[in-house]
Amino acid sequence: MLPMTRQKLLPYSFLLPALAITGVVIIYPVFQTLLLSVQNYVLYAPDEARYIGLQNFQKLLKDEVFWISLSHSVIWVTSIVLFQLLLGLGSALLLNQSFWWRGLARALVIVPWALPSVIIGLIWTWIYDYNVGVLNDLLLRAHLIDQPVAWLSHPQTSFAAIMLTLVWQGFPFFAVMILAGLQTVPQELYEAARIDGATAFRQFWHVTLPSIAGIMATAVLLRIIWVANSLDIILVMTGGGPGYATYTLPLYAFLRAYSEMEFGYAAALALVMTVLLLGIVFLYVRRQAKELA
Amino acid sequence: MSAYQKTALRLLLIELPVLIILVFALAPFVWLLLTSVKPNADLSIFPVRYWPSEFTSAHFKMLWQRTSFFSNWLNSLLIATGAVIVGLSVSIPAAYAFSRFKFAGRNMFLTGFLVINMFPVVLLIIPLFVLMRHLGLIDTFIGVIIGHSTFSIPFSIWMLISYFNAIPQDLDEAAVIDGASRLQTIRLVVLPLIMPGVVTTAIYVFITSWNEYLYAMMLSGDKVRPVTVALQLFIGEFTVQWGLLSAGGALIALPVTLLFLFIQKRLVGGLTAGAVKS
Repeated sequence: MLPMTRQKLLPYSFLLPALAITGVVIIYPVFQTLLLSVQNYVLYAPDEARYIGLQNFQKLLKDEVFWISLSHSVIWVTSIVLFQLLLGLGSALLLNQSFWWRGLARALVIVPWALPSVIIGLIWTWIYDYNVGVLNDLLLRAHLIDQPVAWLSHPQTSFAAIMLTLVWQGFPFFAVMILAGLQTVPQELYEAARIDGATAFRQFWHVTLPSIAGIMATAVLLRIIWVANSLDIILVMTGGGPGYATYTLPLYAFLRAYSEMEFGYAAALALVMTVLLLGIVFLYVRRQAKELA
Repeated sequence: MSAYQKTALRLLLIELPVLIILVFALAPFVWLLLTSVKPNADLSIFPVRYWPSEFTSAHFKMLWQRTSFFSNWLNSLLIATGAVIVGLSVSIPAAYAFSRFKFAGRNMFLTGFLVINMFPVVLLIIPLFVLMRHLGLIDTFIGVIIGHSTFSIPFSIWMLISYFNAIPQDLDEAAVIDGASRLQTIRLVVLPLIMPGVVTTAIYVFITSWNEYLYAMMLSGDKVRPVTVALQLFIGEFTVQWGLLSAGGALIALPVTLLFLFIQKRLVGGLTAGAVKS
């Protein structure tokens, strides 16, 4: 082989192992999902699976549970990400001030994010327990409620209860990201603002916020994608119940596959969800590509 | 403003709110740890007993004697280690190529690895399960480890690129002038320099694989069941024994929490590069 061609092929040979595995575990499954979504594939009868065109998608449009799950997902993602952002921003601004135990506080605030989702589900199910849960105990002692509430088995409270759990899990991510952004804001900007007589609020509004807007936007986009995709904590805590009260789109797709074994229909659901998310993914990738260039 | 007033203001406006946030962040985990050392009698009374009447290791003993927990724990250790080895051994060369070469399709592949990291688990898990069943890899270590490479590879590549980029190309060139081959340059010059980055990436992949639940649940069975799936099954098996579950939870969460605290400072760099998965 000519040395020139070898030189050209070298980077591809470095990439090959990663591409090969990714091809098997990601690209192939994506195409399989496309194929499954136009079949009536049921796991225990794979031989009876046949091409049914777009019937899965037509069924989906008339599926009440799909629409319930979709609307839950929209409310779910918007409110969780919003609260995570606000709490994370507040935490980051505070942790950026100087006080003697700041290092310790910065290290410890991250703990919820490090925990496995199964453990998070377990901890919070225990906290929300109707009979001996600590949340009921605290609220009763504070006279905020008169009698214990069955947080996870009431349709009205279960959705909010799980949302609180996810806010708790995810706000450290925002705190850490925004804190990293805050540390890059040049001190001179604040000094200049102070000389011009800007109040603390105006400094925040005109100096801090514009400087961290980019990193906040990146964090929000990433978080939207993850929260929209996440289903393990709901699965552990309520499994979607009571009734359909805590169904979201990924959970519904998963349950159709896992409990009903309807892989064809579940694939169609997963596909619709992915398409709905693609817009956000596109925005995120465009931001990252810019940073790369 | 006097120094005294300044201190008071800082306590009230900064340290107190930070303390409240920390209590919110840590209390649930501390509650799990406390529950794991409380005797059963303390756990079934209401109003809640906050401080244990005595500290007991009964739940940990029961986990050891009556359940498969410790073999599950070892399974998780093996799976997470495998995920690190598979992830890094293919990602290091790939990240090196992205960092050091200009080649046709570079941006496309690079974007590709970013996009696939965003794919919903439910999109991949269904066909992956069908595939693994065909290959006879359900309930094997290899099956779960390969399942975990869906997130470990794209993540590691992106993370490692930023570490490679931080090493000046001049160093590679100097080594080549001194007569080193490409592989020698990588092995003797570049890799030692990015070792901290490799360790951070390895630990993060380890944690993610250790914590992972959905792939593990779909792809494992009785033989290689990891600890997260096992714990979830205990809930059905032992009519909700909170002491036992909390003891298990503590043994799962403590090692990864410590690892996480160990790498978190260095992780932030990769984070802002946007490669980290929740």
